[in-house]
Amino acid sequence: MSNDYTSAEMMTVTAARALENGTTCFVGIGLPSEAANLARLTHAPDVVLIYESGTLQTKPEVLPLSIGDGELAETALTTVSVPEMFRYWLQGGKINVGFLGTAQIDRYCNLNTTLIGDYREPKVRLPGGGGAPEIATNAGEVFITLKHSKRAFVDEVDFVTTLGFGRDGKGRDGVPNIGRGPTRVITDLCVMKPDPETKELTVVSMHPGVTARDVQEATGWEIRFADALETTPEPSAHELEILRDLKERTARQHAGE
Amino acid sequence: MAEFLSLHDAVARYVQDGATVAMEGFTHLIPFAAGHEVIRQGKRDLTLIRMTPDLVYDQLIGAGCAKKVIFSWGGNPGVGSLHRLRDAVEKGWPHKVEILEHSHAAMACAFEAGAAGLPLAVLRGYVGSELPSVNDQIKFIDCPFTGERLAAVPSVRPDVSIVHAQKADRAGNVLVEGIVGVQKEAVLAAKQSIVTVEEIVDDLTALPDYHPNACVIPGWAIDAIAVAEKGSLPSYAHGYYPRNNRFYKEWDAIARDRDAFTKWIDENVMNAGGNA
Repeated sequence: MSNDYTSAEMMTVTAARALENGTTCFVGIGLPSEAANLARLTHAPDVVLIYESGTLQTKPEVLPLSIGDGELAETALTTVSVPEMFRYWLQGGKINVGFLGTAQIDRYCNLNTTLIGDYREPKVRLPGGGGAPEIATNAGEVFITLKHSKRAFVDEVDFVTTLGFGRDGKGRDGVPNIGRGPTRVITDLCVMKPDPETKELTVVSMHPGVTARDVQEATGWEIRFADALETTPEPSAHELEILRDLKERTARQHAGE
Repeated sequence: MAEFLSLHDAVARYVQDGATVAMEGFTHLIPFAAGHEVIRQGKRDLTLIRMTPDLVYDQLIGAGCAKKVIFSWGGNPGVGSLHRLRDAVEKGWPHKVEILEHSHAAMACAFEAGAAGLPLAVLRGYVGSELPSVNDQIKFIDCPFTGERLAAVPSVRPDVSIVHAQKADRAGNVLVEGIVGVQKEAVLAAKQSIVTVEEIVDDLTALPDYHPNACVIPGWAIDAIAVAEKGSLPSYAHGYYPRNNRFYKEWDAIARDRDAFTKWIDENVMNAGGNA
């Protein structure tokens, strides 16, 4: 059982483990939401999950398809207006961790969810910023999770929708009253952290069976590896069971059954 | 004072060609029936404001109603792109649509500032983002007390806001339950407002589960109320019907293709009667 898991499950379990019990987490939709709820259903029963639709301390039975599914409101402690959510709870400094996904990311953790190509003549128009620009600067720290590929891990993002550390790695220097920014990036291949000095993303842990070459081939720049490179612990049978159950009942519900 | 009108008459009276219109509802209570009525009446050159354009603005854009869209997240939640929005922005079909994009925090603050009668909203926002380089409505100001650099955006003041809610009573008071989004702010920020509801009850305050802190918009702050049963499908109405997640997924294929989209609008909006 312990060796029988997919790279996507490895990513979700690793992302879930990053959330400590008791953390207050502002959750992005998709992979972050999957990981945050897995954390809540395994090692972190007291994690507080907050979605930008205004649902505070929510405990969804199935993963939401949208950021404002009824499930989120029905299982929340309370539901507040969207202005209150962003002003009091996020900007007011009540969030420990912002958990985000992205379409593109660069070596300084800048995120692009706006477009591919030129702004006035886009090749591909993406959904845009949503909550991310302020989640990334007003939360205490930021976790990012996404699938590792050259399309996503690019040398230069086409557009900085959301600040990591800026195009020169110094984007947060001297800016008062903002959070620490991204502290880890979790993919289906590895875990990366920004270098404490330069802020450049550095691979600190490789998932079992993944080689440095695999990571490099899926990254659009010459990626750095930590000297003391670790191997990410495998998912436990318990984590896999909970995750699969969660995804199965989610798929059933979203199919309208 | 709220006047009870048919959805047709409310839209005919309050939505003029060229108007700035906000149809709000954050994933929940999206006023689809009203959006469809705007399409049926062939309104043109609208400036459409919504934090999440969602399928409702995808439909309005594809049907040629929009001149400009002001938004902060333009996707099909959990599914992917809004293909009609993309086709208009990338290829100019059915015509070029101008876009002005913000972050959620900025738009939420801008609605709140509109409701508060202020010209601008101030927030700790857009730090390090390149959005200010493509949106000239995002500025930065220095706090006169601390010197901190903060973002400023103009408040949202629509000509008309349209929202959907669960109930209105005979006096026109409206009850909104569940995810309340920016609906109250949208109504109060607008020069005129239309609220569509699932049903009319005698007196909200006499309902057995009425709560003194319920989100209620008084009838005297609303211009028109129209009954639109199931008026937010495929979005949902807390306590009435769930979100049709399956349709949100199906919309991807419908909206991807211009002909499939036009056929869908013809069958489900144009020729589907006044309450579709």
